[in-house]
Amino acid sequence: MMNNLYISLFLAFFKIGAFTFGGGWAMISIIEREIVEKHKWISKADFLDLLAVAQAMPGILAVNISVVIGDNLRGLRGSIVSALGTILPSFVMILCIAIFLTPDDIKNNELISSIFKGIRPAVVALIVAPVLTTARAAKINWKTVWIPIVTALLIYSKLPFISNPITFIILGALGGYIYYIKRVNGAIHAGKEVEK
Amino acid sequence: MSIYLKLIWAYLKIGLFGFGGGYAMLSLIQREVVDSGWISGTTFTDIVAISQMTPGPIGINSATYIGYVVTGSVWGSLLATVTVVLPPFVLVLYASHFIRRHKDSAIIKGVFMGLRPVVVGLIASAALLLMNSDNFGAATTECIKSIAICVASFCVVYFTRIHPIFIIIAAGIIGAIIY
Repeated sequence: MMNNLYISLFLAFFKIGAFTFGGGWAMISIIEREIVEKHKWISKADFLDLLAVAQAMPGILAVNISVVIGDNLRGLRGSIVSALGTILPSFVMILCIAIFLTPDDIKNNELISSIFKGIRPAVVALIVAPVLTTARAAKINWKTVWIPIVTALLIYSKLPFISNPITFIILGALGGYIYYIKRVNGAIHAGKEVEK
Repeated sequence: MSIYLKLIWAYLKIGLFGFGGGYAMLSLIQREVVDSGWISGTTFTDIVAISQMTPGPIGINSATYIGYVVTGSVWGSLLATVTVVLPPFVLVLYASHFIRRHKDSAIIKGVFMGLRPVVVGLIASAALLLMNSDNFGAATTECIKSIAICVASFCVVYFTRIHPIFIIIAAGIIGAIIY
């Protein structure tokens, strides 16, 4: 039973690594479908928290996500298995390309370049979809909807410093902490007044 | 200093300071491998193109490819890939354990409450940044076709339970037919 989970973890992330074009963000749709909906290994809300951890740490986002999910399910061994699953497909494929194919061969092949012309806009759609599904999981309402909008637009602006994602991770963490402490204190005061 | 040590040092830096996912990492990789004179700017662009054409995270792809090109050996690929993965691996594990241990503390609860909407914004920004002529084409007709593919893909992934992998395959087939 336990071995089975290691194998299915490896296979799930192998599949994710082998079919994800366009980097970590495009992977989120596929990871969500595999991990949350198909295997039901973690809930949608937990997935969002793990995503925040993976995003807050440096490194390759896709690998980080696989590490936190593997660790969450089966500790260190689970995280190693998941990370290997994510890394192996691209490692093997790129190594073969580096050895046998030059970049020009691919660019000058008409069929391959038209296939990729079709794939690229689909990849963008795969990144738009999790914006909406994670917004629901994060329980975004009219009071908080400005946070993702402002974050997205300022990062998009490419202005120095304030377009850096790290800025927003730090601000979000600080803001959330301050808001939570205030709310808890408020609740304690309100409780005391009721007791009186 | 041996070329292998230089490779380790460069990818150690890329792994440890690369925040914000693949696209945010590109400028860091460029600074390390192009400005140090290992590969030319054109080769770097080619590597980015290959990374976009092949599946997998761009950070892994670039490490594997550049490791091979710079050393001419499979070991260079392996070394660069392991180096870019290992330090973040350890950091992520520590962070993940720390957070699970203190899951019910006010700090962790508040921090995640603030982070959730920000993460939504980060994903949105990645989507916005990709809506450019590299991915949608510069010519008007190609752009219209791309938008159609994008909207159709979105509807399928959002409203049906069809696996995203099939959307990528279908989009590739459509591309081969219409271009």
